[in-house]
Amino acid sequence: MNNNKTPRTFWSMFTERFLSDRLAVAGAIIVFTLFFVAAFSPLLVRHDPNFIDSKSILAPPSAEHWLGADDLGRDVFSRMVYGSRISLSVGFVAVGIATVIGLVLGALAGYFGGWVDEVIMRFVDIMLTIPTFFLILAVIAFLSPSIYNIMIVIGVTSWMSVARLTRAEFLTLKERDFVTAARAIGVSHTGVIFRHILPNAMAPVLVSATLGVAGAILTESALSFLGIGVQPPTPSWGNILTQGKDYIEIAWWLSVFPGLAILITVMGYNLLGEGLRDALDPRLYR
Amino acid sequence: MVIPMMIGITLISFFIIHLAPGSPTGGMTDLNPNISAESILKLRKLYHLDEPVYIQYLLWLKKVVALDFGHSFSQDARPVLDKILERLPITLLINVLSLALIFVLAIPIGVFSATRQYSFFDRAASIFVFFGFSMPTFWFALLLMILFGVWLNWLPISGVVSMNHASLSPIGKFWDYATHLLLPVSMSALTSLAGMSRFTRQSMLEVIRQDYVTCARAKGLPEWVVMYKHAMKNATLPIITLMALSIPGLIGGSVIFETIYSIPGLGRLFYEAVMQRDYPLIMGELVIGAFLTLFANLLADVLYAAADPRIHYE
Repeated sequence: MNNNKTPRTFWSMFTERFLSDRLAVAGAIIVFTLFFVAAFSPLLVRHDPNFIDSKSILAPPSAEHWLGADDLGRDVFSRMVYGSRISLSVGFVAVGIATVIGLVLGALAGYFGGWVDEVIMRFVDIMLTIPTFFLILAVIAFLSPSIYNIMIVIGVTSWMSVARLTRAEFLTLKERDFVTAARAIGVSHTGVIFRHILPNAMAPVLVSATLGVAGAILTESALSFLGIGVQPPTPSWGNILTQGKDYIEIAWWLSVFPGLAILITVMGYNLLGEGLRDALDPRLYR
Repeated sequence: MVIPMMIGITLISFFIIHLAPGSPTGGMTDLNPNISAESILKLRKLYHLDEPVYIQYLLWLKKVVALDFGHSFSQDARPVLDKILERLPITLLINVLSLALIFVLAIPIGVFSATRQYSFFDRAASIFVFFGFSMPTFWFALLLMILFGVWLNWLPISGVVSMNHASLSPIGKFWDYATHLLLPVSMSALTSLAGMSRFTRQSMLEVIRQDYVTCARAKGLPEWVVMYKHAMKNATLPIITLMALSIPGLIGGSVIFETIYSIPGLGRLFYEAVMQRDYPLIMGELVIGAFLTLFANLLADVLYAAADPRIHYE
């Protein structure tokens, strides 16, 4: 059909496919809006998120307090705007840790095979057997619930799917001619793994990382909801919800808005992830 | 395969005891002012913290093999195993019911969506799946509890039985359990239900494009026989494995739902143990939880072999 045009690059096809997927674009808009909110939090709010105002205790949503005020009279909108920073940083750092661990272990297992593969994949199986939420809670109990510990713990308990994906990619990619060629001209194993194979294995990992951010945000909010996550007075969507649930019958805005924020954010990452998966899938270009 | 897995599980669990910076007890005194000197002594003794690391592990393993996790740090100081065993049945009941619910709903949803691809039903199901995936279930559980328990007053809001449970007739007792468990079971099933419906749809879509399905149609079988007899069998087999994979999530999720709905099960016990830094109980539950998953995986393998005549174990 495009005979009269120059051959199309992968990126132009990717962009076209991605932009034609309305849900994926909606996901991308949600995700970028949140980046914006987190980056410019101080400019977006009229109240200090930790300012205790005895005059507006449990004030319902109004022109002054858009999403109402909590049991200490703090502005819920401001707290939620600042809470987005927690969700995003936990999501990204945790997924960053998980992706690095998963990439390295998956690459080693897939590239070298044999006993290395055997040992790493059995380790993956064992990690998948331990209920992750139990594991996270146990670790937090032995350490202490701080935002850094939560990032690390979520990261080191969620790398298994990345490892499996990377391994599968490496298993097929290492048989390809360009790998043999690289080895033949004397590129070292590390060079082949990181410079030649890894860039070709990144697409599914990128998708899995995007979906992973959604999972990490859910886990963090669940932990904060249980009171074992980010500790007050630092606002996080989960802990606003926890403080609000005692007042749910008289002040619904304390429970409804943070939950909605989590739902929309997680949905944004899921939509973006699925859109990327479809747009990056080379089988769909034939 | 099971024995090395068990050893792996105990190794990871043992590693957690040593997670705190410095010595386990030293780290705890620094970070957790609420742990008493008495607990530290108990901890030292229980996990033999004065011995070299590998001896510590072997001594601990010896006890774990006998399912001896020591005594709880809480006031009652009862054996950890007793506390776990008395809480286990209700959590197992909820998880088994959740799995049953997932199985009974996910397969029809997935199969209908696939056989009527892009129909109204298929679109509605996709939207449900999407919400199910993205839903912070603890929030949804809380809202439904308020809606049905407080505003509409249709369902009890907490616990497993009502105050007057003992005086009810057998049918009344059953109804009492059912109304108490409805929300916890459906909430803990929600995420996996979404995932499983989607998987069934995908798998069914792949199977109905295979040659043997075309062949079945070509020889003149009615469409419903082709779909529900020939295609569905192959499409739903992997569900067994996938169900087993969702079990760690269900067990982990019990912490959240049992806390919200005040159900005296394993999850709530774990939550209380974490809040009180009851280390022997935490370690015991972690190991038992992993063993339960391992057992469920084994069961799934056996079921798979029974359901699929192509698989034989020597």
